[in-house]
Amino acid sequence: MLTEPLVWAIFLLPVASFLLIGVVVRPLGPSMAKAAGYLTILALGIGFVLSLWLLRSSAHGVVYDFVPHLWLNLAPGASIQMGLLLDPLTNVMLVVVTGVSLMVQIYSMAYMDGDESFARYYAYMSLFSASMIGLVLASNIVQMYAFWELVGLSSYLLIGFWHERPSAAAAAKKAFIITRIGDVGFLLAIIFLFFRADEFAAQGLNALHIPDIWQAAAPLAAGGAGIVAGGALLWLCLGLFAGAAGKSGQFPLHTWLPDAMEGPTPVSALIHAATMVAAGVFLVGRFFPVFSESEGAMMVVALIGAFTAVFAATMGLAANDIKRVMAYSTVSQLGYMMAALGIGAYNAALFHLFTHAFFKALLFLGAGSVNHSAGTFNMMYMGGLRKAMPFTYWLTVIGALSLVGIFPLAGFWSKDEILLEAWLGTGAVPTTVSLLVFLMLLAGVLLTAFYSFRMVHLTFHGEFRGGGEQELHDCEEAGQPAPTGVSHHVHLGESPWFMVGPMVFLGVSAVVAGWIANPIGVKSIFGLIPSHWLTEYFASGLYDGHHAPPFSIAMAVISNVVALAGIGLAVLTYMWPRPFTNNDPLTKGGVVHTLLAQRYYLDHLYEGLIVGRVFYRIVAAITDWVDRNIVDGIVGLVGWISRNIGGLIALAQNGQVQTYPLVAAAGGVVIIVLYLILG
Amino acid sequence: MWFEQVVFWALAVVAIGGAVGVVMVRDLFRAALLLATVFVAVGGFYVMMNAEFLAVVQILIYVGAIAVLFIFGVMLTRDVRQGNTPNRLQIPAALVSVLLLAAMLFTAVTTDWTTLAGLGLESQSQIAQTQAVGIPDASSLAASGLSAQEVESIAGGGLADLLIGEFVLPFEAVSLLLLAAAIGGLALARGRGR
Amino acid sequence: MSLESMLVIAAVLFCIGLYGALARKNFIAVLMSIELMFNGVNLTLVAMGRWVAPYAVQETLSAVLTGQVFAVFIITVAAAEIALGLGIVFAMFRTNESVDLTDAAAMRH
Repeated sequence: MLTEPLVWAIFLLPVASFLLIGVVVRPLGPSMAKAAGYLTILALGIGFVLSLWLLRSSAHGVVYDFVPHLWLNLAPGASIQMGLLLDPLTNVMLVVVTGVSLMVQIYSMAYMDGDESFARYYAYMSLFSASMIGLVLASNIVQMYAFWELVGLSSYLLIGFWHERPSAAAAAKKAFIITRIGDVGFLLAIIFLFFRADEFAAQGLNALHIPDIWQAAAPLAAGGAGIVAGGALLWLCLGLFAGAAGKSGQFPLHTWLPDAMEGPTPVSALIHAATMVAAGVFLVGRFFPVFSESEGAMMVVALIGAFTAVFAATMGLAANDIKRVMAYSTVSQLGYMMAALGIGAYNAALFHLFTHAFFKALLFLGAGSVNHSAGTFNMMYMGGLRKAMPFTYWLTVIGALSLVGIFPLAGFWSKDEILLEAWLGTGAVPTTVSLLVFLMLLAGVLLTAFYSFRMVHLTFHGEFRGGGEQELHDCEEAGQPAPTGVSHHVHLGESPWFMVGPMVFLGVSAVVAGWIANPIGVKSIFGLIPSHWLTEYFASGLYDGHHAPPFSIAMAVISNVVALAGIGLAVLTYMWPRPFTNNDPLTKGGVVHTLLAQRYYLDHLYEGLIVGRVFYRIVAAITDWVDRNIVDGIVGLVGWISRNIGGLIALAQNGQVQTYPLVAAAGGVVIIVLYLILG
Repeated sequence: MWFEQVVFWALAVVAIGGAVGVVMVRDLFRAALLLATVFVAVGGFYVMMNAEFLAVVQILIYVGAIAVLFIFGVMLTRDVRQGNTPNRLQIPAALVSVLLLAAMLFTAVTTDWTTLAGLGLESQSQIAQTQAVGIPDASSLAASGLSAQEVESIAGGGLADLLIGEFVLPFEAVSLLLLAAAIGGLALARGRGR
Repeated sequence: MSLESMLVIAAVLFCIGLYGALARKNFIAVLMSIELMFNGVNLTLVAMGRWVAPYAVQETLSAVLTGQVFAVFIITVAAAEIALGLGIVFAMFRTNESVDLTDAAAMRH
């Protein structure tokens, strides 16, 4: 049983660490920079322990219901409060966020060692962790939105961490703007709720309090308030989903996520793989009781999620940058979660979010480790790293297998449950939709398996192809600027323990997190953790908790066969019978490969057509014209008037004695005449 | 009464014509002489308004001193030959003057001056009795309903009584001013270093 | 002869003087014009004392002659003004070789 201050401490410790680093450590200079790292790790370590404690007590039936603190009473039925919403979703998310964050901070101690902005890095990381924890804890939608934007801000700061690189600055800007587009939907949803505040007030509810919103969406028959229903409910859900899609990189707002890999690799691992991008899934999960009342919204979420899952996976096939492969993989996996939410498999989606955080963070840290020794992110210049870095190799393979969903790794259990739910259908959406989702997700498994092992083979097998040195040389010959993260610094060998340690922890999690947290098909583990523990725990947070279906061996066999088929294809293409040399066999795909490598030309569409043509040529031209002619005109007019008033006054101050009495007399005459006329 | 009318109009013509001449005539010497004429005509008006003492002062100071000073000034500054030329402010100055004149004439003509009289008297009937009075002489003052003492003080007294009685402080102040002006004029006219 | 006619003549004198003071270049002409204005004012004061004041006063009748007292003061001030004004004219003539007011613009901004 935790007291309220202890729960707040989970959030406030990283805030304190951020402030301390920003105000005290950073001004002290580089010699003290290490302290920033220890501070952050300390704050997150305590937070992690508290989160575990919170989860444990909550799982043992303690219900936390702290009264929110009123901040601002906007209107009857619309108060902004600062509160803690400690339901199972929050508790699990807290463990994931603090746990993965802690691992990444430890890893960063080595990875960022020697960076001149070490303290700044940890300040941002603390800020990010604090915002993410605040987002997870929020009980008020405005409070949530504030942290939502803070998360976006820290993501922006961290993507653009090496802001002296133009590509990093551009990626940061892109990420910020594209997620903002989605956030407008979120904001509109909040505004919509605000305008319905009096209806909430009539029932004694607060339109901005999240549990009250759940209640408002539930129909009267089900004991809810029935305030928002029908078309309004659909639009409310779509607004929230727009925000979620922006953060979670769902089609068509996914283009920022691969570019976000310009940030330091631990940032990618923490923010753009494990936690922040999961915020979109979290948002939909947080408002799942609202979404589940609108079949249309659920279908949109399901289909966009499933489409994204396949769509991103196909782009992952043709990417050569190891972090981009991971990024597409992340988008794809987030699509799985969205699709699961959309078909009503709330707990399966969140279970997958939970496992994904571990194995995806592991894969990213592996990529960082590879970069640390090979000096490049381009897989075309790697190869043969298996012998040099055995730990990294095996941990990456574990992560990849977990990602693909091979029995009995963590990813298997959650992905299998999603597939099973889609196959069986939950009744939230029509069966045809859930079947369609099932087929798309199954296709996604095949693609995931293929690109994951393509990545493994290109990176670790075959012969070493020169690393960063060779790439720099090639870029120089081609006259192109070297991409981010490429250095001459090639020293094949295992990374330091500060990096490998967290990877081992995450690797163990990636193996066991699935069946320990959510034992399926057995009664319990060691008599401690009952069957379906995690999914049942999630379900307990909902009014009408959906219970996970029993384990199906048939489904497990199908998904494993599909996954193994994908792995086999990758092996055939890249390893056996002919090991990969220099030409990617996929380039023979011609048009299709070009299409994939060019990311379906969506970036061209957005940047070339929408931004370039429509925005620059039309919107910007109009605003430019308005700025030049109207705004500048007004400014110029004011200046012109002042200048000429000055001239006018100077005319009076001409030193001609008689002008002064003339003006005085004229003034007198005016007063007299006015008096005669008006008086 | 016709004699009074004739004199009044004659003086009016001389005063206004002279004034126009002062402003318009190119030769400054002649302008100074015309100015003296205007002063004399104004003195005539004073006589007609029973302000004989003032008329004498007017002639003595204005005609005797000021006009002569002007003539000296004109003759001592060789600019005379250039004459009395207008500056660039002619039109606005004329406009302001004409407007002011119009306003003043309008006020002078339209104001019901007798209403002012009502303030000072106890009843309307007394206004009727004192209607035609000029400068207070004994009979009209008696008719105005004032006490005998007041009547006597007005009829028997004159400017001198007021100047060294009620207005003694401003009187002394003005004499000081005159002294200062005389010294200042000396200092200015003497110039630097001589 | 009436109050109004005197006021009209005084106003005409004053305005002619005003015009002259504003629109003439020669300093001496300006001073003369100012004298015209003084005379207009004096006429008004005396006329008011003659026709209006006797009916306007309530308790003491010293105000009957107040207009004339004021006229005396004005005449005195005018004399002082002329003394100083001509002093300035001479000073100006010494420095500028001219009594043209348009040239005396040393105080310009």
